[in-house]
Amino acid sequence: MTDISEFVDKCIEKHGKFLVPILQDIQERFNYLPEEALREVANRLKIPLVDVYGVATFYKSFSFVPKGRHVITVCLGTACHVRGGRRIVDAISRELKINPGETTPDLNFTLETVYCLGCCALGPVVVIDGKYWGHMTPNKVLSIIRRMREEAKQA
Amino acid sequence: MRRITSIADLEALRRKLQEKYRAKKLRIIVCGGTGCRSNRSMEVVEAFKKEIKSLGLENKIDLKVSGCHGFCERGPIVVIHPEQIFYQRVKPEDVPEILERLTRGEVVDRLLYEDPNTGRKIKHVYEIPFYAKQKRIVLSKNGLIDPTSIEDYIATGGYKALAKALQMKPEEIIEEIKRSGLRGRGGAGFPTGKKWEITRMQKSDVKYIVCNCDEGDPGAYMDRSVLEGNPHSVIEGMIIGAYAIGANKGWIYVRYEYPLAVKHATLAVHQARELGLLGENILGSGFSFDIEIVKGAGAFVCGEETALLQSIEGKRPSPRQRPPYPAEKGLFGKPTCINNVKTWANVPYIIERGADWFSSIGTKTSKGTKVFSLVGKVKNSGLVEVPMGITIRELVYDIGGGAPDGKKVKAVQIGGPSGGCIPEELFDLPIDYESLTEVGSMMGSGGVIVMDENTCMVDTAKYFMKFLKDESCGKCVSCREGTQRMYEILSDITEGKASEEDLQLLEELANVVKDASLCGLGQTAPNPVLTTLRYFREEYLAHIREKRCPAGVCKALIKYTIDPEKCTGCDACRINCPVGAITGKPKEPHSIIQEKCIKCGICRDVCKFGAVIVS
Ligand SMILES: Cc1cc2nc3c(=O)[nH]c(=O)nc-3n(C[C@H](O)[C@H](O)[C@H](O)COP(=O)(O)O)c2cc1C
Ligand code: SF4
Ligand code: SF4
Ligand code: SF4
Ligand code: FES
Ligand code: FES
Repeated sequence: MTDISEFVDKCIEKHGKFLVPILQDIQERFNYLPEEALREVANRLKIPLVDVYGVATFYKSFSFVPKGRHVITVCLGTACHVRGGRRIVDAISRELKINPGETTPDLNFTLETVYCLGCCALGPVVVIDGKYWGHMTPNKVLSIIRRMREEAKQA
Repeated sequence: MRRITSIADLEALRRKLQEKYRAKKLRIIVCGGTGCRSNRSMEVVEAFKKEIKSLGLENKIDLKVSGCHGFCERGPIVVIHPEQIFYQRVKPEDVPEILERLTRGEVVDRLLYEDPNTGRKIKHVYEIPFYAKQKRIVLSKNGLIDPTSIEDYIATGGYKALAKALQMKPEEIIEEIKRSGLRGRGGAGFPTGKKWEITRMQKSDVKYIVCNCDEGDPGAYMDRSVLEGNPHSVIEGMIIGAYAIGANKGWIYVRYEYPLAVKHATLAVHQARELGLLGENILGSGFSFDIEIVKGAGAFVCGEETALLQSIEGKRPSPRQRPPYPAEKGLFGKPTCINNVKTWANVPYIIERGADWFSSIGTKTSKGTKVFSLVGKVKNSGLVEVPMGITIRELVYDIGGGAPDGKKVKAVQIGGPSGGCIPEELFDLPIDYESLTEVGSMMGSGGVIVMDENTCMVDTAKYFMKFLKDESCGKCVSCREGTQRMYEILSDITEGKASEEDLQLLEELANVVKDASLCGLGQTAPNPVLTTLRYFREEYLAHIREKRCPAGVCKALIKYTIDPEKCTGCDACRINCPVGAITGKPKEPHSIIQEKCIKCGICRDVCKFGAVIVS
């Protein structure tokens, strides 16, 4: 058995026929939903593959392509929006030459947006690899990204 | 802990825990809410642990990590009991000094909150204007207990209401909730007691209850904070509700993106089960009930009750026609009572203190308090709980402190994407379900976004419309196509490409979508557009007729220039401009080459002399 089918087995054992938690576990383990895993889920639960995709594509938190080594998440919740969150997304997009939801070809960065992280008082908020940065400006976020690139080069 | 099997057992345990809780004289509570956590509050906790140990104060000081204290703007927050000394913006480096002073009965002045109006340093929580006007029921224990400890909850009176409820008849409980006037805190404000009664009356051997913590509003965090900061209050409310309704199984539906809320709720359910407060024969009453946590995967429409139920069933969640209402035919076809987190969390307080007490707070039609997340262009961003009937002005100015940087507040958006913008002229409006609906907004779940003179109302309407068109499940043509078309028109307006006929079309579309859509998402989607058109029409017209964005937000219509009078030639803007659009010699006024400028605004951010102007 491959790694993937073994993992799918475990998820099904844990969650039975409940698709969403199964997909959440797969996403957590692989950082995205590999096609092989979705096929396996469909097979094992004896449901058509399109139904698995139907549920998976409904939710934004599922991704169908692998993510980059660094994940940059910009909050576009209302509070961050009125404090200029959009400008930050634009600045990162320009710098990395990718749109939100995309990953750089060298697999170094993924850019994502979310709605409200629950710390609106710090808005605009950016999360980079799980670390929160408050009161962001385009310039501040660019200098963080540039520093990360330098570090990646040196490593 | 040993499983408890009777009310007497629970009370004995409570006495023991209270003794333990009161044993140490001093209690230091560090905020572990999401806002403070992202501001390094967990490092503050570590510093306290280390320092308390090295000073040998473990037996004197009780250190706790709590949920959100509300005043997130000033985080990380540390409160010292019993005196309630309030420290703000605490850094790990401050900890040794705090403890050293504390042992001498002194405070650290520089960490106290300073009243911006008087310049006076304020020592106690209750003297701070942000807290003084609040009335905290649902949030009353949020900054007081460790949400991962059922002992804390019980020591501070938790599960007392459950014990009382189990000695009442289910009908009496429903009557009490009806008399209290409690209405749903998820948005629409349906009377809770009535919903319980309808579910109870259904003829079915199996009934369910659900707690809705999907919190789809893209700029609000009250529901997660309640579940994060005091999960047992929600569970206690659910057990009481289940007993009254006759349900034996409940679900808490939480967003997958709220890991801390999921964690605390999961732990709390586990603890309650271990102790015998969930499971078979609760406190010897013969009543059995258990709760399961379901993680939602983040779609706004999942917060709609019929979609949420399908999501729990593992189906693609799209709303269905009502009636039948979930109370008649819900989860797996069984009668299901679904309530918001805050609705459930109010229940123990009502049962314990009585319907009369609860209904003495608030207005004629809206009783009790309302939790808001007050954010945006406001000085004191945070979580607040106020009595119903308080005016918007009190909320925004007395509690929120108005807009930062001396700016003028222009409007508030209440109710998220389903709500509406309310202009400053109407700020004397009392907050209750009916008066908010009358002005075109709605109570919603508790999101309040403050907007100042630099917020563009057309851009705001466009923001919500983009959110809604992305989140529409696509089942009804009116909602799917209507939100898309409205978004396109709003985009055209912000780019100066629309005519006045488009404005008319926008209004017509808004009314069609409102009338022809199946669920609340579509029915309320036009609210942000309709209210901004109603109160800020001149802003729309400025975009259309003069191709001008008065707030200086819409990229296509604004221009960055440098005021030669103010420019010192410090060169910061030229160095930082990403496209080389700024020229000028050091120490001489700089200027912007308009053809090159991409309007990123970085020059304005970096100019320390206010020389970059947007027009
Ligand atoms: C599009 C849409 C989103 C909703 N989102 C939520 C939500 O996030 N939380 C919530 O409690 N209710 C939400 N509701 C309202 C629920 O359908 C339902 O009325 C509510 O959970 C009932 O609880 P209550 O009576 O305690 O308010 C939403 C409704 C609609 C139409
Ligand atoms: S109104 Fe919109 S979200 Fe609601 S069912 Fe229709 S298409 Fe779906
Ligand atoms: S707005 Fe941006 S692009 Fe334009 S001049 Fe300023 S820094 Fe350069
Ligand atoms: S940053 Fe401001 S003061 Fe400095 S050169 Fe630019 S416009 Fe002039
Ligand atoms: S809107 Fe960004 S954290 Fe709430
Ligand atoms: S998170 Fe600490 S006060 Fe809100």
